[in-house]
Amino acid sequence: MSHVRDYLERLRGGDTGALPAVAGLLVLCTAFAILRPVFLTPGNLANLFTQGAAVAIIAMGLVFVLLLGEIDLSAGFTSGVCAAVLAVLLANHGAPWYVAVLAAIGTGIVIGLVLGFLVARIGIPSFVVTLAAFLAFQGVVLLLIKGGANISVREPVILALANRNLSPALGWVLAAVAAGGYAVALWLRSRSRVQRGLPALPVELMAARAGGLALLLGAAVYVLNLERSRNVLVVSLKGVPIVVPVIAALLVLGTFVLARTPYGRHLYAVGGNAEAARRAGISVDRIKISAFAVCSALAAVGGIVAASRANSVDANTGGSNVLLYAVGAAVIGGTSLFGGKGRILDAVLGGAVVAVIDNGMGLLGYSAGVKYVVTGVVLLLAAGVDALSRRRAAGAGLR
Amino acid sequence: MQPVVELRGINKSFGPVHVLRDVNFSAYPGEVTALVGDNGAGKSTLVKCIGGIHPADSGEYLFEGRPVQVHSPRDAAALGVEIVYQDLALCDNLDIVENMFLGREHTRGLVLDEASMEQLAADTLASLSVRTVRSIRQKVSSLSGGQRQTVAIAKAVLWNSKVVVLDEPTAALGVAQTAQVLELVRRLADSGLAVVLISHNMNDVFAVADRIAALYLGRMAAQVPAAAVTHSQVVELITSGASS
Repeated sequence: MSHVRDYLERLRGGDTGALPAVAGLLVLCTAFAILRPVFLTPGNLANLFTQGAAVAIIAMGLVFVLLLGEIDLSAGFTSGVCAAVLAVLLANHGAPWYVAVLAAIGTGIVIGLVLGFLVARIGIPSFVVTLAAFLAFQGVVLLLIKGGANISVREPVILALANRNLSPALGWVLAAVAAGGYAVALWLRSRSRVQRGLPALPVELMAARAGGLALLLGAAVYVLNLERSRNVLVVSLKGVPIVVPVIAALLVLGTFVLARTPYGRHLYAVGGNAEAARRAGISVDRIKISAFAVCSALAAVGGIVAASRANSVDANTGGSNVLLYAVGAAVIGGTSLFGGKGRILDAVLGGAVVAVIDNGMGLLGYSAGVKYVVTGVVLLLAAGVDALSRRRAAGAGLR
Repeated sequence: MQPVVELRGINKSFGPVHVLRDVNFSAYPGEVTALVGDNGAGKSTLVKCIGGIHPADSGEYLFEGRPVQVHSPRDAAALGVEIVYQDLALCDNLDIVENMFLGREHTRGLVLDEASMEQLAADTLASLSVRTVRSIRQKVSSLSGGQRQTVAIAKAVLWNSKVVVLDEPTAALGVAQTAQVLELVRRLADSGLAVVLISHNMNDVFAVADRIAALYLGRMAAQVPAAAVTHSQVVELITSGASS
């Protein structure tokens, strides 16, 4: 019971965690399901994942930069540049898919290193550096596709990423591995704490967490494994979209890096108090540069997913609303714009909220104009919650 | 008794400003040495020389009798000299354990060894008889000023340090918390550490110090046992550099 009380106390102290995003997601899903039952069909749910994937992946990268209290406004067009590099290599130079993917991610890393260098070593505010990059990369995309309308992507492996599904059996296996892995990780951690005589999570709570994840994954795989083709005789369409395990893998990897490695700890420290981090012997510049590199590399992955989903790269890949949706996703999920607070999971939860709004309002027949306005209001709401919870946390600190 | 840290004839200038002139200073194990002086007397600069942030221009730095070179905070930390600055340098968004091990995390392979860090942090706080914090996994932002000071001090003694320098540890604290921190300072010395306490507050100085070093305009006016001087004599040393 003391854990429940601790949790409530943290909520009151302004540490809201994932609660607003999860609650918002539930409310939105319920509302759309009632207004437009087609929202809950397996076909639309599978669609949601592929729609939101690119934004969620770019948002994951942004979390690294936001944790430092910096911002990367160019992440959207970085994904566009990297997608264009991929498409040009595939279409114009006949490169194999893995070479193109490595080149795209490599381009992302180089872009991030340059941005990070300008911010950390030269000392230009990240807002300005990445605003300049935002403009310049828009031009770079145009130059790469030679001003043409678009370059189509026909490479089957790349196309499969956002358009094909896992076989139903493989979906079950991966879900079982993920749920089992989580349970084992919880148990191992608890055992090492008990051995040292430290307080550990009660068994019931661990079982509830592991069981909850297993249930959630099981339900998702079950629904996604249902037949969603309109005409089964022509083509069968079922299984978990391939982007889902890709996002899950990035989520696990990113969470591991941020929560379990010294590098992740140092990121939080620099975001919380850069001077304290410096005095503790942490190289603040190196941490900043690396965070921009991670952000741009993940933007490149997001760009590859976007290219796969659109089957092509054009001047607008990574443009228009992509960046704002990605920043919105991270903030809606609970990552603070003031630095020092955030998790990779935030990007996925917030990405889900953004995707659900986009998808549900589309189903309700609202125009793009209304969608933008609503998403903008939700972002403002999330940033407001962030700012207010900071005030509360500061107030709680003075008790 | 041999001092742990002994500085001889230290000079330090910043451009044309001669901040420290031939300063001698010693800190002994098991004693609290109070470093007093008016604003601008050179207390902070002397501490930064001890901590390796501003290496001295000339003079000798002896550690346990051996001459050593201290050119960076890392050199000082390697010798076992830890400095707790006035602004504490804690990360509000991290918890107590995370702050205490910041930059020197225990790892097992690539992974943080949380259990061993938490245990060592708990042991250290217990050895300092700190019982005021509810949980060592609580964020520093939720701590009071005195608790923060305690965490900063615990962080400094975690590393088997031999010398702990405290820069105005009670400046921002209330009466009860000041008493707690001074008690902690006394316990540090009683456990065998050499403690250097910078303070403006004569009551604090006389409450815990064994020895008083007074700086006046960059010169060491006197370094005397606390029992040998009175309150007003120390004030005279601070304000005029000599006592009658």
